[in-house]
Parts: sequence; structure tokens; C-alpha cells
Amino acid sequence: MKPFIYLDNAATTKTAGEVVEAMLPYFSEHYGNPSSIYSLGAASKEAVTQAREIVAGSLGAMTNEIYFTAGGSEADNWALKATAEAYADKGKHVITSAIEHHAVLHTCEYLEKNGFSVTYVGVDENGIVKLDELEAAIRPDTILISIMFANNEIGTIQPIEKIGEIAKKHGVLFHTDAVQAYGQIPIDVDRYHIDMLSASGHKLNGPKGIGFLYIRKGIRIRSFVHGGGQERARRAGTENVPGIVGLGAAVRRALRMMEEKTEKETMLRDELIRRIEAEIPYCRLNGDRHRRLPNNVNFSFRFVEGESLLIMLDMEGICASSGSACTSGSLDPSHVLLAIGLPHEIAHGSLRLTLSEETTREELDTVVDAIKRIVERLRAMSPLYEDFLKEKQ
Amino acid sequence: MYSEKVMDHFQNPRNMGEIEDASGVGTVGNAKCGDIMRIYLDIDENQIIRDVKFKTFGCGAAVATSSMATELVKGKKIQEAMQITNRAVAEALDGLPPVKMHCSLLAEEAIHAALWDYAQKHGITIEGLQKPKSDIHEGEEEEAEEY
Repeated sequence: MKPFIYLDNAATTKTAGEVVEAMLPYFSEHYGNPSSIYSLGAASKEAVTQAREIVAGSLGAMTNEIYFTAGGSEADNWALKATAEAYADKGKHVITSAIEHHAVLHTCEYLEKNGFSVTYVGVDENGIVKLDELEAAIRPDTILISIMFANNEIGTIQPIEKIGEIAKKHGVLFHTDAVQAYGQIPIDVDRYHIDMLSASGHKLNGPKGIGFLYIRKGIRIRSFVHGGGQERARRAGTENVPGIVGLGAAVRRALRMMEEKTEKETMLRDELIRRIEAEIPYCRLNGDRHRRLPNNVNFSFRFVEGESLLIMLDMEGICASSGSACTSGSLDPSHVLLAIGLPHEIAHGSLRLTLSEETTREELDTVVDAIKRIVERLRAMSPLYEDFLKEKQ
Repeated sequence: MYSEKVMDHFQNPRNMGEIEDASGVGTVGNAKCGDIMRIYLDIDENQIIRDVKFKTFGCGAAVATSSMATELVKGKKIQEAMQITNRAVAEALDGLPPVKMHCSLLAEEAIHAALWDYAQKHGITIEGLQKPKSDIHEGEEEEAEEY
């Protein structure tokens, strides 16, 4: 493969060497089923227990509150559907935000088709959930608030502690999709009054196909997969032992590196933002400048369409992503960019760059130069830019 | 996801630019859907398309179909240009992904819009040419998704 610059760490991350190392023995050596009685099975069971301890410890939770799943989407589906089912006798109203991941939004639409009503709370121009709107949306029959910890596209970090307080005050359950935040920023479920939390392994240098749902003890929750007694009979199926071990190793690594990684990424992120703003005219930083994930940069370049930009970057070996319609297969650009109030044509011209701890300043220099050239080239091709220049004259 | 021909026309678009005092200019699409295409035609007294240029805001397929459409109409008589369909544009590019077929439709419409402008300016009627729609996505329905 040609050398490339990977700036799409919000999509997925490279599985860390130490994670792969930790997983390997659980394929062909300790391959026993954790439910088996003999010692080969016990070794697998022990590994799962250890991983669960690491994950629980990372959140200030107890081990019996962690349920492994096949990833973040499953955890989101479970949290919403099972809560709705278990608490339907109390009420049939759910509150979420307009900028959630589709794993939450489409699950909410599914609930709506099944007799639940959902309020989609709006966000401000930086993507922060409007707390007054959120609190005002609570009704006597509200059973759940589901708000993401940090947004996957624009990196905005929500005032989770305040949302948790509001939920607690009104006796409503609070779920957060922390897929983007977990492993990047410290999370304490008690401090933030979180009742349920979804996370995914492959966003923090762990393997794909593994994640978990934290469910606070005492919450009524239904089984998501019926079958054997795994995961306290809530999520049946033989455990993905290598995946769980990998997740545990990735969490341990993320906690160890968090401070250093955050410091480095934040510095590079802010430098990248500063350079793009200084060197490319007619651009807009999407998301909150300060309350944002350390590795997220998201810009809209006016008069330019995102997919064209991505293909041209790809030809130069740069991996990035966009909220343009063409990348989603629909005609509409990203619901997140529309929710923060961007007009369609500007939402189509968005570019997301998400760094890792391996990102270097030299790489970012190359990327800024490439974006400058490509944006200029696409603008020369754009009838919107032509009209804009004529109007300016 | 794109054919080599699409990639070639995207990377090296033919006839990109503007024509000053063009005989006809047509702009179609809308920014809401992320595609806008503008075609400039220079048509001589024998109704032959002497020159053609395009400008496009859109995805790789939108740029490539604009480029291919200009190649297909250049040097052609108006009536010949009228015969070029979106399918012909897509075929000349060795095909487009299904979700991108609307881009080729946009190219056909842009040519027609430019010809319409020419016809209006010169007070002539072009057989088979109708007033262009302001938005090619009008009436286009998205497939219903089931969850």
C-alpha cells in the first residue's frame, strides 16, 4: 500500500500493538468457552472478568454493571429499546437530540413506529444541546433522556453533568452514547448521573466488533439477546473473548495515555484550525471551539462539495471524511450540520479531520497544503464561486 | 466505486471554464442536493456547437458527467446534441454507481437548459426541447426505508 496520512480516527482507529498482543493467545491457545467447567474454559472466563474490571474501573462503575456487546450501535439499540419496553407502564415518551448518531436516531424512529413519542431537542450553532429546551420537554410520561457525550462529526462535548442533574431531578433515566468520548476524556458515571452508557472498542485503538453498555444497578432492563446465561442472562451468546480481552487492553492503554495524548492532540488540533482559518478564505469551523474533542477538526469550505474534496485528498493519500450528501448515499447533507444551522450548500462542503496520538506536525503541513490547492481548484470549477465573485464586483 | 473513466474525467475535466458572451448558458440543479451544473455554449450560424464549457459544484460523478457531456456535444449540430441522453453520458463513462445516476440526468438537463437559453435569445424553436425545470430533483422520490 502507498504511504498515507490517516486523519479519520473518529471513523475507526488502528488497533494498538499491545492490544493485538493481548488478544492473540485467546484465538488458538486459550480458546475455551468461558462457560465450560474445565480449566481451559476457566482461563477464558478469568480473562473476561479482568477486562470487565478494567472497564468498570474506567467509569467508576461496578463490574456487574458492565455488559459486553458487539459494539456501540448494539449498545445504543439495547439501551433505548429495552428501556422503552421495561418502562412502558410508566410512560411512552423519550427525549433525545437532533444531532445523535443514527444508531440512536433510527432506533428512536423505530420506537415512534411502535407507539412511543420522541422529542428531538435542538442545539445551538456550536452543537451544544439547549438545556432549557431539554428540561421543558420533560413530561410526566417521560422515561428516558438519551444525549450523546460528544458528537462524532463536529466533536462538540455536551454539558453531560448538567443533563444528568436535570434527568435526576425529574426522575428520568439518562443514557449517553459515549462512543466518541470514551477513552478520550475522563468519564465518571456517578459524577455525571449517568444511568446507561454506550461505548465501542475500535474508537480507542481496540478491535472492531466489541463494545459495552453500562447499566446502573437497579435499573429495570430487558434481555436484548435471549439464550444462554452470559452477561447475567441479559445478552446471551458465547462471549467474544479475544474481543473482550482486546477491549480491556485498549481501555487500560487509553487511561494510561489519556493525559499525554490529549495534550498533544489538542495542541496539533488548535494549530491545524489556526492554519486553515488563516490560509483558506471562506471557511467556517464547525462545532464549539473549546468544548470539543481533542482530536476533532471540522470545517466547511464554501463553494466546494465534500465528496470531490475527499476524492482529491484520497488521491494524495489523505484519509478524511465529510458530511456531504454524496458520502451518505442520500440527497441530504449531514443532519448534524443542518441542526447547527448551516445552509445546505455549506453543509455539503464539510471536511472532518480527526487526529491520533501518532499524527505529526509534518503530516498536518502536508494536509494543509493539499487542502489549500484542492479547495482552490474546486472553487475554480464551481458556478457558485463564479456567481459569488461576480456579485462581489 | 467509480470507473477509471469517471476518475479520469474528474481529475482532468475537459472543457472546464466559462465562455464570454456565450450563445446560450444553462444552470441546473440546486445547492440543497449538492449539485449545480452550468453549461456555456458557443453556437455558430449553422447551428453547430463550436465550443462548450462547464462549471460544476458537486461530487466526483457530477464533475465527470459534466466533462463527458461537453465532449459529446462539442462540434455537434443542435439537433444531434438534443439526442444525447443521460444514459449515453453514463455509458460513455463506463457506467455510474446507481446512486449517482441523477448526476448524468443533471448533465443532460444542463445541455438542454443552455440550448433553451440559446433558442430564447435567438427566437427559434428547437424540436423536442422543453423549458428546463428549475430543479431536476422535483418529483424525485426517495426510496422508503424500513427499519
